[in-house]
Amino acid sequence: MRELAGMMLIVFGIPFFLSGTIGLLRLPDIYTRLHALTKADNIGLGFVVLGLAVQATSWLEVVKLLLIWFLVLLAGATSCHLVADAALQRNIRPWTKE
Amino acid sequence: MTDFYVGVALILLLTVVAGLIRVLRGPTAADRMMAAQLFGTCGVAILLLLTRGSGQLIFEDVALVFALLGALSTVAFVRRAWKAGDLKSDTEGLK
Repeated sequence: MRELAGMMLIVFGIPFFLSGTIGLLRLPDIYTRLHALTKADNIGLGFVVLGLAVQATSWLEVVKLLLIWFLVLLAGATSCHLVADAALQRNIRPWTKE
Repeated sequence: MTDFYVGVALILLLTVVAGLIRVLRGPTAADRMMAAQLFGTCGVAILLLLTRGSGQLIFEDVALVFALLGALSTVAFVRRAWKAGDLKSDTEGLK
């Protein structure tokens, strides 16, 4: 039962990873790509982590999984801000509809 | 059961391969770095799935290291690697 719930959650995470990659390829400039990458992917990872945590046999496993996700979230948020900031300083203009 | 986890890991691996297109195209150094960041997030997910699929708990620790390195690599890139020399190509790539 728990295994099945976990698998459902993991499958639910796949579209988020897919949309993150599609966004990275299709969106027009660096800022929009950052947005696709750092949000969609981390939600996808969140679902994978949740799915695995539901199946976990010990609390230690759950804590470890959540810690990994938290680290990735923190890394994503920090690096997204840094890259966007650096891009602005380099006078890269955000994309606008002509 | 193992097949399911390895299968999902494979799908995620395919998204990583698709992300390589962005590394090839650029146009800016930051775009390439962002694709590398995608590999970090996907890589963590793949490693966690492989942990469950194979029962080898060591993969989980590798995923933890991946998560740490993902943060550090981007910081290092912005502060050090994205040099002024890229400026011209950076702005030219965005017409």
